[in-house]
Amino acid sequence: MKRIGVFVCHCGVNIKETVDVEKVTVELKKHPDITHIENYMFMCSDPGQNLLKNAIKEKKLDGVVVAACSPTLHESTFRNAVEEAGLNQYQCEIANIREQCSWVHKEMKDATHKAKVIIQTAVAKLKLNESLSAISAPVTRRALVVGGGIAGIQAAIDIADAGYEVVMVEKKPSLGGHMIQLSETFPTLDCSQCILTPKMVQVSKDENVKLHVNSEVEAVEGYIGNFKVKIKQKAQLVNPDLCNLCDDCSDICPVLVPDEHEEGLAWRKSIFIPFPQAIPATFTIDEDSCLGLDPIACGKCKDVCEAEAINYDAKTQIIEEEVGAIIIATGYDLYPEENLAEYGYGKYPDVITSLQFERILSATGPTNGEVRRPSDGKVPKEVAFIHCCGSRDPDRHLSYCSKICCMYSSKHAKLYKHKVPDGQPYNFYIDIRSGGKQYDEFVQQAMEEEELLMIRGKVARIYKENDKMIIHGVDTLSGKGVQLEADMVVLAMGIIPSAGTDEFAQKLKLNTGEDGFMVEAHPKLRPVESIQAGYFLAGTAQGPKDIPETVSQASGAASKALALLSSDEIFHSPIIATVDTDLCSGCGICVATCPYDARELNEAEGVVEVNDILCEGCGACISACPSNACQQKNFTNRQLSEMIKIVAAN
Amino acid sequence: MPISLNRNKVRNELVKRIEEISAQDVFQCYQCGNCSSGCPVIDYMDISPNQVMRLAQLGEAEMILNSETIWICATCLQCSSRCPKGIDVAKVMEAVRSINLRNRDGIVKPDREDIEDIDELPPIALVSVFRKKTG
Repeated sequence: MKRIGVFVCHCGVNIKETVDVEKVTVELKKHPDITHIENYMFMCSDPGQNLLKNAIKEKKLDGVVVAACSPTLHESTFRNAVEEAGLNQYQCEIANIREQCSWVHKEMKDATHKAKVIIQTAVAKLKLNESLSAISAPVTRRALVVGGGIAGIQAAIDIADAGYEVVMVEKKPSLGGHMIQLSETFPTLDCSQCILTPKMVQVSKDENVKLHVNSEVEAVEGYIGNFKVKIKQKAQLVNPDLCNLCDDCSDICPVLVPDEHEEGLAWRKSIFIPFPQAIPATFTIDEDSCLGLDPIACGKCKDVCEAEAINYDAKTQIIEEEVGAIIIATGYDLYPEENLAEYGYGKYPDVITSLQFERILSATGPTNGEVRRPSDGKVPKEVAFIHCCGSRDPDRHLSYCSKICCMYSSKHAKLYKHKVPDGQPYNFYIDIRSGGKQYDEFVQQAMEEEELLMIRGKVARIYKENDKMIIHGVDTLSGKGVQLEADMVVLAMGIIPSAGTDEFAQKLKLNTGEDGFMVEAHPKLRPVESIQAGYFLAGTAQGPKDIPETVSQASGAASKALALLSSDEIFHSPIIATVDTDLCSGCGICVATCPYDARELNEAEGVVEVNDILCEGCGACISACPSNACQQKNFTNRQLSEMIKIVAAN
Repeated sequence: MPISLNRNKVRNELVKRIEEISAQDVFQCYQCGNCSSGCPVIDYMDISPNQVMRLAQLGEAEMILNSETIWICATCLQCSSRCPKGIDVAKVMEAVRSINLRNRDGIVKPDREDIEDIDELPPIALVSVFRKKTG
């Protein structure tokens, strides 16, 4: 029989105010299963832990119940203390008499009684606890980074700098993401390309980074520390090693398609380089529009390619990689403009999106950095910037704030004013959200010195009259309606997870929220980890954020991944499900129930087996098993029924 | 009628004059409303002090010139001392009053015989006129 000690914590007044800790101590002293009981003001303090350690030695205890706060807070504190005193840590149980007792009751009599019952259930469970040790597994010391925007680039650089290999997967033909499309970045107005391209070059030159562009993650198998990844790479119709960027191919290519990098404001050929600083530096063929795949139709580029880099017969490849950690940096897209019909996007060429305006402002953009409107190339003298296009509209569009639009729209107005000094920018907003270092100062400066006129109120509709865009809005500050004849309208479109995020998350069994963004393990304390072990989140895949925040999160994710990669072994809680093979009928119900893919039917033996590393101990299989063959370690049915008996008897 | 905006109207001559006389930049105002919340006579005004600033930003100086507010204002300087952006709102009010008084030269004559009329005028208007006449 175990010699069990019970330690009742006052938690200052948190417990003591509602639970009569002295009475609990005196009354439970007579309990046949309790060898020793005492109470103390703060069990989690050093003296409190010493009390416990000394009692284990002096009273020769072989089990301990600490009646205190929730086990999510100090379970590990007390389990470590127990180990230091020479006991197995699983011989320590927490009875939660704070969150589940003192904090939720007012009457001392009732709370004291309930505290006693809770402690007795913990004692009953502890009596049957096994001594366990953590499960360990080796670690593959490489990381996978999905996404080649600024988030993925930063994470890859940090991991590679620490000396570990990185496999990087990017869907598009070049690294760079949306950041490479931007003109200048708030609040310092750094040229976006100028600060991003050095990082892109660094990634491409780093021997620790293996880059796969035109590629997508097809499947991931395995578990934390030991993932097997299948990457699908589009056919490499242009061999990047042979292409010498002479540009003869795109000169002769007869196919024109809208240029994605220019957000459709310019055309590109079917064989193209996305932008001059593209990484990898190679031309690439867009399979969907290329005529050359049909040998009768075309073949012009191959004819002129002196480097003989073009091979129309190249096929899609599946690349297999083994990694220990996976960083998700799949980025964002703009909310579809077509959803805002009242603003006339698509109908009027001079109603454009924020990313299109970034290209217009950009020195390498379709207008070489001159502000000219798409319809007739005129310099617009009055431009309306409309904030919250799709954002903060839970009834019709997106419920959330896209976080960066206030800042970039103010930046747009400012840059517009720099380029068109006699022009007038108008920003229609519903609130200005400029939290961040030097952010509000940036907005205020635009209003005070750059003649940006802020108008508080949502725009109701936009229509065209002659060559002007007529805007019907309101100024809620003066309470007056507002009408404006603008030459151009820029819609600050909300941010949504990048196309395909949903299917990607399903494939990898990652959680996404109602808004479609990846969900972090804890909104405050674990913001860069996924709830799925071994996956880390960076950038706008997790939610709207600006560049500094994205870079910080990417470095955070990299550091978490590095902590994993730098350990020899990973350890996993031994509180997992087991299968009693004598009872298991091999029905497989639990296999389908397990949310972690931790169970597999061994058809030869006719029983189910558990993958210890994958099992998270959620207990779903136990409730599903019709033959009582599933048991959870230290949460066996017998233990639970002993606990229930005590509750029922009191 | 909605306010019609255009680049010639924003920062028009009248607004510029208000700014010049008061030596204040009305575009510094970010509409926090602290001037209005501290104003002891706001309940007697037709537009609030922050709306005066707002209309100036929108180029609607005429609306301010024709308001009751500028005459209700007692120049107690609560607004000026409260403004987080350091705008002397009372000076803006004073500037608008000056423009009005200059436009309607001679509507108040201190030596007028009809004393009852003078009694009905807002005291601040009289003060302004006396200051102008005697300064």
